[in-house]
Amino acid sequence: MIGILEPGALTTVQDLGRFRQLRYGIPPSGPVDRYAFVLANRLVGNPDGAAALECTLIGPRLEAHAPCAIAVAGADMPVSLNGHEAPGWATLVLKPGDVVKLGAARSGVRGYLAFSGGIDVPVVMGSRSTYLRGGLGGLEGRALRKGDRVRLCAAPLPRPWRVARHAVPVYEGERTIRVVLGPQADRFTEKGIATLLGSPYEMLPQSDRMGARLRGEPIAHSRGHDILSDGIAPGSIQVPGDGQPIVLLTDRQSTGGYTKVGTVCSFDIGRLGQMRPGQSLRFRAVGVGEAHQLLRDAEAALGSDLRENIA
Amino acid sequence: MSVRFLPAGDLAVLVEFEEEISVEVNRRVRALEFLIDEKGLPGVVEAVPAFRSLLVYYDPLAAGYEALCASIAELVPEAETAVLPPARRVEVPCCYDDPELGFELAAAAERLGLSAGELVRLHSEADHLVYFIGFAPGQPYIAGMPKELTIPRLATPRTKTPAGSVGIGGTQSCIYSVESPGGFWVLGRTPLRLYDPGARDPVLLRPGDGLRFRRIDRREYERIAAEVLARTYRPVIG
Repeated sequence: MIGILEPGALTTVQDLGRFRQLRYGIPPSGPVDRYAFVLANRLVGNPDGAAALECTLIGPRLEAHAPCAIAVAGADMPVSLNGHEAPGWATLVLKPGDVVKLGAARSGVRGYLAFSGGIDVPVVMGSRSTYLRGGLGGLEGRALRKGDRVRLCAAPLPRPWRVARHAVPVYEGERTIRVVLGPQADRFTEKGIATLLGSPYEMLPQSDRMGARLRGEPIAHSRGHDILSDGIAPGSIQVPGDGQPIVLLTDRQSTGGYTKVGTVCSFDIGRLGQMRPGQSLRFRAVGVGEAHQLLRDAEAALGSDLRENIA
Repeated sequence: MSVRFLPAGDLAVLVEFEEEISVEVNRRVRALEFLIDEKGLPGVVEAVPAFRSLLVYYDPLAAGYEALCASIAELVPEAETAVLPPARRVEVPCCYDDPELGFELAAAAERLGLSAGELVRLHSEADHLVYFIGFAPGQPYIAGMPKELTIPRLATPRTKTPAGSVGIGGTQSCIYSVESPGGFWVLGRTPLRLYDPGARDPVLLRPGDGLRFRRIDRREYERIAAEVLARTYRPVIG
């Protein structure tokens, strides 16, 4: 059991997501940054899909009521254990009464806090993930609050691990985000596509788990911005009439009626989701075959990122 | 009949049929979804039907793009003639006769040059069809309105429409599953909850469901609403 002393800015329970429900209008939810989420789970000996906390910008303060192991990955939130600095991207063992605090992120947006055993909330439509707009899953369909008590599934304490230094991402600086053009690239002018791939776009503060709103050079349509509504894949770059792109994320609507100029590759969605308001990115087009090769490389790298942590 | 395959990133492919909103084109979409599911195509994770397209999610570590498109293409001719499993028929009780619930009934009737009674009769006697569910949890896109009820959407969309509102716009009907902005003319309201996150089955309707709107008065509306709230109401599904 974990007691929530302070909930942080926006902390929700997530697992790898809710599948096969999009045809009923229910988004997958799950972590925005799957890479950091999976590493946090592996650091505490969990399967990749165990439920953990996604903490936005300012993390929670919490107390352990039983022995467990935790790990923090993702956004660079200072970690303290009973008031002393503790490392991120590494296994930490807690005794009953230990208090852990995740501070304000120094870089990145979303930090992940995993617990050995994983968080035990009811499975709703096949998942423990919180879908905030729909009030579904997680802890009563909402973000954590002060005074909440969160149960953990029983698990033995893992051996201590840390993430290899080279595998800890840097979230600062201009990002390059890879996209596959389409499905409606033909609804844009040649100049519109050149604009998308040639100019920087800035992350806006209105972004959330549903979509990342960007601002930059308007992307020109060739024949209007409305289409017959169709399904929206993760990472879809929707361009409404004002020409400003919105990248749809894990809590996105299942279908929509705006043109989609391109789709951010799955392995870059987390990197985009870690960008702070004001940070900028450039899109680079890749083909589907190249995207699949890059995805295989990313999955393979994920498997080799952990080291046994022998002090 | 030909389809277009359009990549939607590295995890999904959009399969497009003819560019029109029609029951016939949408039937092919749902038939293709049914066939993909029935055959268990390797690597397919899930699919999302819409008016004239099917977005197929796949696991690229289990199926390559070209191979997946080829195996879907093989099913397309079959989707033309495939017999879909019998559709469910769902009765949607709807209170049209209260200006508080059907707050645009009178205006819509005037716009269409019909009496309110005639508009309600045409809407409630028609056989409707759920093209697909989308945009919001459990929200249906509904075909089957008689031609006489074709009406342009509201010039200025409302910022808030109560959940359960039944509206018309263009050639379609709509039931708002959650409170949301909207551009349909609201004729009435159903006490049913199309999306109830606390229920064992949170979403009431499915793509391909047949719908009939049953006219109820405000008293029956309140009675059903109370039963829905207590989770004792059993929707009529045939």
